[in-house]
Amino acid sequence: MRPLEGLVVLEFCQFLAGPSAGLKLADLGARVIKIERPLKGEACRQLSIKDLFVDESSLLFHTINRNKESFAADLKNPDDVALVKKLIAKADVMTHNFRSGVMEKIGLTYQDALAINPKIIYGMVTGYGSKGPWARKPGQDLLVQSLSGLTWLSGRKSQGPVPFGLSVADIMCGNHLVQGVLTALLKRAKTGKGVLVEVSLLESVLDIQFEAITSYLNDGGIIQERGDVEGSAHAFLSAPYGVYKTKDSFIALAMGDLLFIGELLGLDFSAYQDKQTWFIKRDEIRTLLSEKLLTENTPHWLKLLGDKGVWCGEVLDYTTLDALDFAMPLKQQIKLEDTELTTTRCPIQLDREILTSEKSAPKVGEHNKILLNFLND
Amino acid sequence: MKPLEDYLIVDFSQFLSGPSASLRLADLGARVIKIEKPGTGDICRTLYTSDLIMNGESSVFHTINRNKESFAIDFKQPEELEKLKKLLAKADVVMHNFRPGVMERVGLSYEDVKAINPQVVYGEISGFGANGPMKSMPGQDLLLQSLTALTWLNGNEEDGPVPMGLSIVDMLAGAHLAQGLLAALYRKATHQIGALVQVSMLESAFDFQFETITTFYNDGGELPVRTKSNNANAYLGAPYGIYQTKNGYLALAMGEIPVLAQLLKCEELKRFPENKFELRDEIKTVLAKHLKTQETQHWLNILEPADIWCSNVLNYQQLFEQEGFKVLDFIQEVAMEDGYSYKTTRCPIKIDGEIFTSQKGSPKLGQDNERIIKEFIDC
Repeated sequence: MRPLEGLVVLEFCQFLAGPSAGLKLADLGARVIKIERPLKGEACRQLSIKDLFVDESSLLFHTINRNKESFAADLKNPDDVALVKKLIAKADVMTHNFRSGVMEKIGLTYQDALAINPKIIYGMVTGYGSKGPWARKPGQDLLVQSLSGLTWLSGRKSQGPVPFGLSVADIMCGNHLVQGVLTALLKRAKTGKGVLVEVSLLESVLDIQFEAITSYLNDGGIIQERGDVEGSAHAFLSAPYGVYKTKDSFIALAMGDLLFIGELLGLDFSAYQDKQTWFIKRDEIRTLLSEKLLTENTPHWLKLLGDKGVWCGEVLDYTTLDALDFAMPLKQQIKLEDTELTTTRCPIQLDREILTSEKSAPKVGEHNKILLNFLND
Repeated sequence: MKPLEDYLIVDFSQFLSGPSASLRLADLGARVIKIEKPGTGDICRTLYTSDLIMNGESSVFHTINRNKESFAIDFKQPEELEKLKKLLAKADVVMHNFRPGVMERVGLSYEDVKAINPQVVYGEISGFGANGPMKSMPGQDLLLQSLTALTWLNGNEEDGPVPMGLSIVDMLAGAHLAQGLLAALYRKATHQIGALVQVSMLESAFDFQFETITTFYNDGGELPVRTKSNNANAYLGAPYGIYQTKNGYLALAMGEIPVLAQLLKCEELKRFPENKFELRDEIKTVLAKHLKTQETQHWLNILEPADIWCSNVLNYQQLFEQEGFKVLDFIQEVAMEDGYSYKTTRCPIKIDGEIFTSQKGSPKLGQDNERIIKEFIDC
């Protein structure tokens, strides 16, 4: 039995942060119903990457919204709002990421929802919290990354700010919303009362920097610089930590005993007996490592180092990754009317069971009829 | 009362992935007891980053292990194992991130713990799953980033692989474990049954890339191509990226090119009436050259009122001075038992309007032994 079986989640969220949380809750067993405007539906349906569409909706939408139902309702129309309120009365959880003021206008704030359903769990996603001068700023991933200090952690110093190449603030915020909603369910199980859960993109992306920020706060406010040579992979870690070019491709070297690694590679690291130099002189050390590693192919180094227990590995791309045996059980097929698509699955296993679901993303309003019957039950 | 106040978590995990999950549960109210090896403890205690030692131990350890207790016990000794089992019998959650096989060998597998605590929620994080060809490989963040192709999404086209500069896969696996544990605790609360929750860094890294991997699978296996300059997402067109200005940087997340040309007074941009994906390198080059001519604030003053999604690019020092950051109250001060205090971040989740802080710093190795023995073992 999936842990959230029997729970009903109403998702008013759009784009990535909120809907990725809805997807996780669905995979954990909840019945997730997207509340969408009629015809056009959620905005993400028209947001595509590389112009890839599955039906009328983008592949992106299908990736984030599989395993959900759709109820089309015009939140500006009182009749539709009345129906949505009936759904709220039957739901356990509702989530939204509207800007402040929108739910007030519709009459579906937390207080409004509580009046309809005193046991409702109400999840809110914002960009920067609901107070202060940034509360009205657009909650967009790249902007949040840029404001949060995150862009100074990757790459090399001379590259300037380097953002993470995917929507890390959205995704972490979605993860935190799931944690918050599940915690709220536990709280409600004890108190029998509704719960308000709030997360923001900014707090979520600051949370993943907890180590770096704590170092900054306790190190006299020093901004840690990234290294500026090949191999630099982390502003706070010593050599050899990094990714290096080899004769045929690349190799990743995690933290390890530099002197031992030097010995294996035939490099004279006698100048670095003192471990502190591994950090202070990391650029110099990385340059020596780079020169050496360029002289042979990756498999040669992996054998030489890996056999001796040094933490090292290949740098794959999607093609080489997909060719490996272990990639297969990580995918799943989603069936649609006249086609099929391959996507990833829930990363959590429960009682040794992989949580998959063949159910595709819904068409706008696909479940109105079923849900109207559900309301009359 | 904090929402998880009655829950007892016994945590064998080390480093970052597992301990980040138990930190979240601790902040939400659970009591977390770290089980550590006498003498050395969690290896993370001596894992120094940036050479920063705080009160004799690594800054990383203090960051991830505040708000927890420490019980030092050598459970490889049979008598000690029996003592420990008395504690495990009362736990709601038992969790670890040892490599597959380790807990089985010491007699603390899920089945072993379930035998003494039938409703236990047992969580584990591995690098590559409990089975499969990679199960004994080290589950280390940079190696996982490299293996799962994450490094080809950051930086510019010619940069080679660029890892994300923090232990993102550890943190994702920790976040997913916390989710799995909470979901299982909910099922336990409603159905009185325990659970085995398993996550792996490999699956977490895939989940993180669900959009791009799904694109790869359904796009004839096309690999992501980063832009030649100012890349922020291999799959997005211009202007998405960060640009240098006369005195700093500007992040630009969207905008019709002709509109931008007008607003920014950039004649050359008018060559691109249509924002074709294939032209993104050219467009970015033109934009980059133009944005260098004025200071960041100059551009923000023009773009923000026009509702173009843009922002400054800050470092920690600059961020901490902003009112928008200060109102979050995101920094808290915690104190260790010996009085050493330090500043760190707080839990990012707010429940019923309450932010979760706790003054409790990280534990010294074995500092809570006496109390735990009295409460759970000699009773």
